[in-house]
Amino acid sequence: MTLKAQQLACTRGERALFLALDLELRPGDALRVAGKNGAGKTSLLRILSGLSTPNAGTVNWDGENISRIREQYNRQLTYLGHLPGIKDDLTAGENVMLAVKLSGNRIERKAAALALEQVGLGAQVNLPARVLSQGQKKRVALARLPFCSATPLWILDEPFVALDQDAVHWLTETISQHLSHDGMLAYSTHQEINLRAQRNLTLHLQTPC
Amino acid sequence: MLNLFLDVLKRDLVLAWRRKSDVFASLCFFILVVMLFPLGVGPEPALLKAIAPGIVWVAALLASTLALGRLFAPDYIDGTLEQLLLTPEPLTVIVMAKIKAHWLVSGLPILLLSPLMGLQFGLSGDAIAVLFFSLLIGTPVLSLIGAIGAALTLGLRGAGVLVSLLILPLTIPVLIFGAGAVSAQTSGLGAAAHLELLGGLLAAAIALAPWATAAALRISVE
Repeated sequence: MTLKAQQLACTRGERALFLALDLELRPGDALRVAGKNGAGKTSLLRILSGLSTPNAGTVNWDGENISRIREQYNRQLTYLGHLPGIKDDLTAGENVMLAVKLSGNRIERKAAALALEQVGLGAQVNLPARVLSQGQKKRVALARLPFCSATPLWILDEPFVALDQDAVHWLTETISQHLSHDGMLAYSTHQEINLRAQRNLTLHLQTPC
Repeated sequence: MLNLFLDVLKRDLVLAWRRKSDVFASLCFFILVVMLFPLGVGPEPALLKAIAPGIVWVAALLASTLALGRLFAPDYIDGTLEQLLLTPEPLTVIVMAKIKAHWLVSGLPILLLSPLMGLQFGLSGDAIAVLFFSLLIGTPVLSLIGAIGAALTLGLRGAGVLVSLLILPLTIPVLIFGAGAVSAQTSGLGAAAHLELLGGLLAAAIALAPWATAAALRISVE
């Protein structure tokens, strides 16, 4: 299980965000993508998840180009973008259940309620997501993670943003646990987070002039 | 694969149920457009009887186009579309489920109301039956073709107008055979040929539209 990117390039209009980028993730690795606003962190994570195609270069999973083994790759992947991916008209509990079901896993109603309790939303299980705050929505989105341990690769875009201290602690624990079971992580953050990974890698994106 | 299809179908139906007003709005639009014609062209029964199938079909076409904004755009805005794109099953399965839900919400109510509309124009019993069957075969084609346009215009400014410009020319054959079926029935020619051609269009749309829509979605999300 390796994720390998070679000679990645991404341009937005005339501007190159990054050129000739190489990276490799192995089980237990946590890759932090750092850089200023607009440096291309989200673009890179979207390319790694297969949502965007790079202008040049390839992303390979176990030596196969991910655009060629899309469904197979999606089975290995959990991606959370900067949008929470939450339906306002569904309750918090329904959102968690749906997210887990769509990722191909089974889940009981009780388990979803328990997961929400763990992220501190036990009282909000049956509330529509519409009435939740930004931070609470983020936590609803993150509550699926404990059910996604079967997918080794987690790609999380700014997972710690808008979270309070308890939630940051919970997320750090959840991720560290995943990494200790040979999980892999690519994430972006502006905060200093101590993850227990076999290798903590950092990639600084600097816009070439 | 079937599980995923049913999950997405159920999800979209639940979401539509929680936004009932949207569904009623396009249904009311359909009824109003149909009712405006007698006021505009005058109450001559023979004239109304002749143009009734065309009116009902055009109104169904417009109402179906109006509802396309709810197919992918809300999922695109809140980020759930990204999640749908990353499920470990073919994207066409999800697209099929969403189109099916869209038809159940926007096409089926129109279909069920159509006999009433036919009655209002004084159509005979067998003409109403043909109108019903032509809509039964034709409205899914409208949803299928419409999905391609909705996916292509995702995230664009003025998507609502653009999708009509893209889609309406493509639906002309459906309109011709759909409305033509009723006229053929009332003129004594029999509607079988028209309905069979509509069936052919439906088969082609089922085979091609989900793939085109899936490809368009991938481009739009990028």
